[in-house]
Amino acid sequence: MILTVIVASLAVYSWKILGYLVPERFITDRFRDFAERVTVSLLAAMVMIQGFTVTGAVVVDARLPALLVAALLLWWRAPYILVVIAGAAVAAGLRALGF
Amino acid sequence: MNKQVLSTSLSVGIATGLYGVSFGAIGVAAGLDVLSVMILSLFMFSGGSQFAFVGVLAAGGAPITAITSAWLMGIRNSFYALRLTSVVGPRGLMKLLAAQLSIDESNAVSAAQETRRDQKTGFWLTGIAVFVFWNIATLVGALAGNLMGSVEQWGLDAAAAAAFLGLLWPRLKDSWQLALLGAIAAIATTPFLPAGIPILVAAAVALIPLGGKK
Repeated sequence: MILTVIVASLAVYSWKILGYLVPERFITDRFRDFAERVTVSLLAAMVMIQGFTVTGAVVVDARLPALLVAALLLWWRAPYILVVIAGAAVAAGLRALGF
Repeated sequence: MNKQVLSTSLSVGIATGLYGVSFGAIGVAAGLDVLSVMILSLFMFSGGSQFAFVGVLAAGGAPITAITSAWLMGIRNSFYALRLTSVVGPRGLMKLLAAQLSIDESNAVSAAQETRRDQKTGFWLTGIAVFVFWNIATLVGALAGNLMGSVEQWGLDAAAAAAFLGLLWPRLKDSWQLALLGAIAAIATTPFLPAGIPILVAAAVALIPLGGKK
């Protein structure tokens, strides 16, 4: 497991260091555009996986209202920290109430 | 030093630390030992990649799938790094350090500053603040994970989802169609595909030309 973790860490680091080593002129606009887009689709996928799945199954639970409250706070331009805390608090609160 | 930059950097660091607790607890719950969880926070140090990695393992996915998901999730850091290399201008070994700190939060705070000097300060302060809080929080989450009961009881799973939503939010204005498609691709394929693959399907969705960008 340690080996998998180290390989994965190096793989992620390779992207970071690449940006400092590759001359900018070698990066095409198309590739830059794809990186922007892949960031959006991956973050959206992470919201869904983290918000609505449990070990490979789709599950809707207290995380749904937590995300709705988070979205409302983001809409109101609340600070990031408040959004994260509210997400936890809503889900924890609802579960404590038995939902 | 600009106080506004300092306070922004610290508050982003603390917020990120909060869901670092979530990462530590989720990592241990996924079956990783504390050392592995800490290696991820110290050396992988990219929230999206870390959650993707443990998420795949927790769902019973293969190690190679976990590595690939984390790797693909980290591609955006390369583009932050490309921007930051001209802003921060690190030399020699400082490049290695600057690269490690080139993540969503440090790039976002840096990009939000007006002067070149504040952009540079914002990058370093936020990068260091997030690194310190994220790692302390991961350790707390990993050690307390078993004591404090389930991740769900404390809403830490929801906190992580909300944190991703917070990172996605500023990009929704320009690319909501793409985000919607990525979200649908991930959730619709989850019941049918092995763990980690839905993330790759969502990545492939980025190849489809749509949305009103540029």
